Amino acid sequence: MQKIGVFVCWCGSNIAATVDVAAVAEAVKGEPGVVFATDYQYMCSEGGQSLIKETIKEQGLTGVVICSCSPRMHEATFRKTVEAAGINPYMLEIANIREQCSWIHKNKEEGTEKAIILAKAAVAKLNLNTPLIAGESRVVKRALVIGGGIAGIQTALDIAEAGYEVDIVEKQPTIGGKMTQIDKTFPTLDCAACILTPKMVDAAQSEKINIYSYSEVEKVSGFVGNFSVTIKKKPRYVNSDLCTGCGACMEKCPSKKTPNEFNMGLDNRTAIYIPFAQAIPKVPVIDTAACLHFKTGKCGICQKTCSANAIDFDQKEELITKEYGAIVVATGFNPLKPTKFDEYQYNQCADVVTSLEFERLMNAAGPTKGVLLRPSDQSHPKKIVFVQCVGSRGQSCRDHSYCSKICCMYTAKHAMLVRDKYPDTDVTVFYIDVRTPGKNFDEFYRRAVEEYGVHYIKGMVGKVEQVDGSLKVQASDLLSNDQMVLDADMVVLATAVEPDPTAKSLATMLTASIDTNNFFTEAHPKLRPVESPTAGVYLSGVCQGPKDIPETVAQGSACAAKVIGLLAKDKLLSNPCVAHSDELLCNGCSTCANVCAYGAIDYVDKEVNDHGKREVRHIAVVNEAVCQGCGACTVTCPSGAMDLKGFANRQIMAEVDAICK
Amino acid sequence: MKYSYYPGCTLKTKAKELSDYAVAAAKVLGVELEEIKDWQCCGGVYSTSKDEIASKLSSVRALAQARDEGHDLMTLCSACHNVIKRVNEDMRGDENFRTKANNYMAPDMEYHGEANVVHYLEMLRDVVGFDEIKKKVVNPLTGRKIGAYYGCLLLRPGKVMEFDDPENPQILEDFIRAIGATPVLFEQRNECCGGYMTLNDKELAQKRSTAVVDSAVRNEADCLITACPLCRYNLEVNSETKLPVIYFTELLAEALGIKEVK
Amino acid sequence: MSLNTKIDTETIERISGVNTRKCMKCGKCSATCPAFHEMDFHPHQFVAMVEKGDIEPLMKSKSIWNCLTCFACVQRCPRDVEPAKLVEAIRQAVIRQAGENHLKAEQIPEMLDSELPQQAIVSAFRKYKK
Repeated sequence: MQKIGVFVCWCGSNIAATVDVAAVAEAVKGEPGVVFATDYQYMCSEGGQSLIKETIKEQGLTGVVICSCSPRMHEATFRKTVEAAGINPYMLEIANIREQCSWIHKNKEEGTEKAIILAKAAVAKLNLNTPLIAGESRVVKRALVIGGGIAGIQTALDIAEAGYEVDIVEKQPTIGGKMTQIDKTFPTLDCAACILTPKMVDAAQSEKINIYSYSEVEKVSGFVGNFSVTIKKKPRYVNSDLCTGCGACMEKCPSKKTPNEFNMGLDNRTAIYIPFAQAIPKVPVIDTAACLHFKTGKCGICQKTCSANAIDFDQKEELITKEYGAIVVATGFNPLKPTKFDEYQYNQCADVVTSLEFERLMNAAGPTKGVLLRPSDQSHPKKIVFVQCVGSRGQSCRDHSYCSKICCMYTAKHAMLVRDKYPDTDVTVFYIDVRTPGKNFDEFYRRAVEEYGVHYIKGMVGKVEQVDGSLKVQASDLLSNDQMVLDADMVVLATAVEPDPTAKSLATMLTASIDTNNFFTEAHPKLRPVESPTAGVYLSGVCQGPKDIPETVAQGSACAAKVIGLLAKDKLLSNPCVAHSDELLCNGCSTCANVCAYGAIDYVDKEVNDHGKREVRHIAVVNEAVCQGCGACTVTCPSGAMDLKGFANRQIMAEVDAICK
Repeated sequence: MKYSYYPGCTLKTKAKELSDYAVAAAKVLGVELEEIKDWQCCGGVYSTSKDEIASKLSSVRALAQARDEGHDLMTLCSACHNVIKRVNEDMRGDENFRTKANNYMAPDMEYHGEANVVHYLEMLRDVVGFDEIKKKVVNPLTGRKIGAYYGCLLLRPGKVMEFDDPENPQILEDFIRAIGATPVLFEQRNECCGGYMTLNDKELAQKRSTAVVDSAVRNEADCLITACPLCRYNLEVNSETKLPVIYFTELLAEALGIKEVK
Repeated sequence: MSLNTKIDTETIERISGVNTRKCMKCGKCSATCPAFHEMDFHPHQFVAMVEKGDIEPLMKSKSIWNCLTCFACVQRCPRDVEPAKLVEAIRQAVIRQAGENHLKAEQIPEMLDSELPQQAIVSAFRKYKK
């Protein structure tokens, strides 16, 4: 017979306002095994914990029920408390009378009644608990960073700095991500390339960092500390070991008409190409869709040109499987392509561009060498209109519901840069709200208005028309209650930030969760912002939500700190609440293995002694280090052989009986 | 393929050719249009008011009849299409409206949104296929630069009409290509012609229709096509800039070589 | 008989099915309205004024007759507020009252020309007459 103590927490007024805590303590006193019950203002406080410890000793308790907040909140706290007083930590049960009771009830009588039921259920279960011992698993001292933009690079550099190995997997031919395409950065206007490329070089030169560029994650298995990841290296058709990056192949390539992704399609590139001069690695790839050799079997000029003999048309895709202790998601974003917003004429008119396209038009390494020329006729635009919130903050099917956060600032930056470089150019920004929370951000925006003379008009643009080579922008001026038509030579659309399209499939592979917008979900929105709910999977940068560069870098470093904390451990305690199979009941049907999402169930041929009858049977064996205790196998098993430690079928039934009594 | 055909009042009188060419062309394309019996005027405009019931009943009757005949209900006039499609949507999704509307209906006509409303152009695109039409063209309209005027009614509201991308529609341009001509995109192709405003504020109707035609002229269209008699009226009569305005079915008949037969 | 303007926000929201509180005051509706300059109150004002309960001026406005019902504001509203539905509801609230028809049958003959499709007349009656 257990000797159980029940402790009912007030949680200040959180619980006590809706639940009569003294009545709960009183009501459980007659339950089987209960030898002590009391209530206390804050069970999690030092005083509360001391009370538990003292009572365990005084009463000789064998188990403890705490009626308080969700076990997600304080189960770990109270397990430590009871362990300190000499009780096995799995002889603790939490009855959640806050989230599942006081917070959702208004009527105190009903709240109290439900709290009593929940407490009785916990007591009923605890009567059947047995002490459990956590196993240990090793930690592979290597991290994988998925995505080689500024977020991934920062995380990798910080992890490497602590002395651990890091692999970066980047699907593009080069690392660097979106920041490589940006001209200047707000609010200081320093050059993006000048601050990013040294970091790219650091990553490439670090002995601890290994970069898999032009590669993708193919498969993930395992668990925290022990992930096994298969990486697909796409064929570049160029041998990286031989290539010197001289670029002769690109000069000679006769296929020159492919839209250049790096310049947002504003100019063309060759079929064999290096995205930009500072690319890392500086090794070209061949775009087989454009390459004449791959399309017709002829050509091969690059191969003849290459003095290093690096062109290899027979290169095959390569699969590499490696082990990692931690995985960092840093898959970043893409700007929305405004094809469904044709009231702005984006599809029809070359002079209507997105902000990232505009970055390229302002960038010294861009298609116009940094001279702002409008795409249609290469003339200097004298009037530019910026439109904010394109695809953000909406409810309609073409909009995202969230604020993309960075557009107000980069638009102010664009406006300021134009006015600075071309003072004769008239710049107007149409805005709904100007959002500038950030250090020196509002000052920056005000400078755009007050010092650089950028016109800010509150209102949206309704329609853009091309008339005689110029654009007519029809828009609201809400403060004047007017509808105006403004002449413009160019229109720039501040399009929404969208998570990379790979986010969804990657989340499935990692069993990490994403929200309705496909941003990765953090384990706690305030207190665990860089961890995913899946142990060992961490989040860095815009994959978790829109962010500017300083925030991305800060989160990248925070993420690294969490990874380092994990990799510094030699062993991890594993959850002892795992499945196990009763070898006498198991009939070897494989149903459990088929439903196991973690690959934790194997089959062995084992000699068993079934009531004196010895025979070799094909039976399920659970790998306790891999099992996550989800319980899918226990409900699937047709013979009732599978059960979950700590949540055994008879324990659950005891709870149900107590609730239904 | 057979459809229950709802011509609408104007297509029986002022815009007879819009309908006649459509029926004749459909025959060539292997599609039969059977006019529903005793149809009544759709009302011309759909009222968005939730408590406006009686004015939508004629559409409900047409829909119920198509359902009883076992065919999709085909429309041709943009206004009829807009009204009937939206009423059908109400009958499907708005329980309050459905109950009230059915209270007015004959007991054997009770209707719950079973019929589908298909515009003639949707039939050309989705059932016949523009590639198939291309094959049947005997008289390609090569060299003609045609502006497709959608107006508002075919496209909006997009989430009910589901006709095409409301900001960048392609169906009429694809149609124009199929009959061998060259489509001309112009910004005002999905803006209002002025509609019924011609009876309330003539100047506004003139301003709107002139803006539409000017936009087409600027983009070098040599004619406009439409599916709506009122659009055609505004663009022809109210616009101060003049450009030929033709029903798209007339061009279809011409390309199929049946224009003279009628 | 004079126009009863005692109509509240709730009534207009019920008739129109519009929730004015979804508006984020971006002005897209008025930016895109092709009849803007023929209106005394503009689409975004319909949303703001109905929300405030300031409905009487809208009932007496020129705007309710000059709205083209082209649904540009409905289509392009990023918040799905759909201002044209408010205009329609207020117009209905007016023409349903005795003596408030905006267009009378007697006026029609002088407006006719040989080309005018009857669709225009039917539509105008739907819009301007009970």
